[in-house]
Amino acid sequence: MTTGNHNHTHARRPDWAALAVAVVLSAIAAVIFFDVNRLESSGGYSGIGPATVPEVIAFCLVGLAIWTVVAAFRGDFPEREHQEFPPVIWIVGGLAAQMLLLTTAGFSIATGILFAMTAAGFGKRKLWISIPAGIALAFVVWIAFAQLLQLSLPAGPLERLFF
Amino acid sequence: MNTFDFLLQGLAIAAQPINLFYALIGVTLGTLVGVLPGIGPALTVALLLPVTYQLDPAGSLIMFAGIYYGGMYGGSTTSILLNTPGESASIVTALEGNKMARAGRGGPALATAAIGSFVAGLIATIALAFIAPFVVKFALAFGPREYFALMVLAFVTVSAAFGDSTLRGLTSLFIGLALAIIGIDQLTGQTRMSFGIPDLLDGIEVTTLAVAMFAIGETLYVAAQGSRAPEKVEAVKGSLWMTKKDWARSWKPWLRGTAIGFPIGAMPAGGADVSSFLSYSAEKQFSKHPEEFGKGAIEGVAGPEAANNASAAGTLVPLLTLGLPTTATAAIMLAGFQQFGLQPGPLLFATNPQLVWGLIASLLIANFMLLVLNLPLIGLWVRLLTIPKPWLYAGILMFATLGTIGANPSVFELGMLLAFGLLGYVMRVMGYPIAPVVVGLILGPMAEQQLRRALSISQGDPTVLVSSPIAATLLVLAVLALVVPLIMRARGRGEVLSQVAGAED
Repeated sequence: MTTGNHNHTHARRPDWAALAVAVVLSAIAAVIFFDVNRLESSGGYSGIGPATVPEVIAFCLVGLAIWTVVAAFRGDFPEREHQEFPPVIWIVGGLAAQMLLLTTAGFSIATGILFAMTAAGFGKRKLWISIPAGIALAFVVWIAFAQLLQLSLPAGPLERLFF
Repeated sequence: MNTFDFLLQGLAIAAQPINLFYALIGVTLGTLVGVLPGIGPALTVALLLPVTYQLDPAGSLIMFAGIYYGGMYGGSTTSILLNTPGESASIVTALEGNKMARAGRGGPALATAAIGSFVAGLIATIALAFIAPFVVKFALAFGPREYFALMVLAFVTVSAAFGDSTLRGLTSLFIGLALAIIGIDQLTGQTRMSFGIPDLLDGIEVTTLAVAMFAIGETLYVAAQGSRAPEKVEAVKGSLWMTKKDWARSWKPWLRGTAIGFPIGAMPAGGADVSSFLSYSAEKQFSKHPEEFGKGAIEGVAGPEAANNASAAGTLVPLLTLGLPTTATAAIMLAGFQQFGLQPGPLLFATNPQLVWGLIASLLIANFMLLVLNLPLIGLWVRLLTIPKPWLYAGILMFATLGTIGANPSVFELGMLLAFGLLGYVMRVMGYPIAPVVVGLILGPMAEQQLRRALSISQGDPTVLVSSPIAATLLVLAVLALVVPLIMRARGRGEVLSQVAGAED
């Protein structure tokens, strides 16, 4: 869902981002209809089965999508502030890197990289300082939570070196 | 046994050294995290939930109570010293408090906020203890249809009644409801919307969603603003103590704020935002110095701060007695109960009175601890505000992902965290409120279950939903809460509603 990624400094008609929201809402409704279609529709005593409530929600989503289209053409959405994308990409990249590295590199290294890339998103681009600092901090956090509070945080080569 | 005995029993439980220790850790962590800019009580509670995983239910909930009150308190410090409130309930505090801080009266502003929060917390927690048993008695008469009607009312007040757009509020709510379908149907055991992915069978964790939307969404949003508008932390100059005149001007607003905040929190009618706004306008009316408002009037800090804390205690009434969360924070607290297989509601008062009363008593104790802890430690909290943004948000994301990994160390869960973080970011950019998504996710399945039970009992006759006076009244209120704001907005009176709403509470 990257529907808000258009830069609107002043309201334009129609509001394309809002129209994109309407499309997404309809898509969610379509997925719900498609999925509950395979469920058995026997409602038992209540007359409503497992598919009924999802169908009602999907109908409401379609209604909201139509309402959103109307609002988009009338320019009812508030003005959006200018968004800068490089910071967003840094942070999303950091989260993705942590997700992919977590099981192989362990908590400290993966989270240290997330830490450094988030800081980079906010303008601290000296990665040769922030990555080691992040890994050190994450390692302290790992000791506190995995050793003292016994949460199951994945260990990697760095953690196994010490424990 | 009457309420008083139960409360004494609860105090005996909460005063055990180990529980006092848990409460102390709770208030300290809660204040520590709540003070950080950009972190409201909802996120504070969500981030700190994993810390309580390894404790027994009583200890965990006691720590939780401390975190809740500490987070509420921490937010007010942020908004007085920094003009970006960490929680929307404190926006009003920022109006006057920040002006006071700029005028070198930051000390008295913080003191009146702290003491006002204490007074309000004390009165409201005692009120909670005395009202809860009555609500429980009343709630025992509730059947599935009454619960369903109550949940419909909560859906409407959380999403559509306040805020600047009915459309966007309802859209947020239905996104939450759509996410709530995912998983195994509670009544038939069939899988819905899980597309054969085993990770989705358990549904979406409330904490994952809340942390993603509040922490990651907020971080992305702040980062995307670039380096505009550098914030300035106001130094606390002069005496920390309130003068005699400050006391004289503060005590009435504290009491009025409490009287406004508690009932609003206790009704399923939205959260702390509404009450602090109402208290602010009430103080403006009653004040002998209306000309000072907007320039740093102490009443404008004392009243809303008391209201906001009283209402925080008030939201525990529907949460504990009915199992009904009316704010995002309460939704996450409900998730905290559910991790121990506890379902708040009238039954919990009967089956587990030690737990419930221990919790209520530790709210009182946490309140005392906050007063003792906060005034001397104010220098430390101020220093936390000066952490540069890059390190602050890097740290927030580290702890946000830590909580998710600690609960469920899977790559899939982190993927959901990222996806919902992006969703939260886009919703923020587009002006959609976040809290209805969280409330929809947790209340959706409960409402569906009650609806299907009610219809099973009536053998499919839908008129049963409106044939009890209580259920019918609640549904009428829900319709009014949906329609009246629509009309108000259409007539151009919408500013009032958008002022009392916030992204998070």
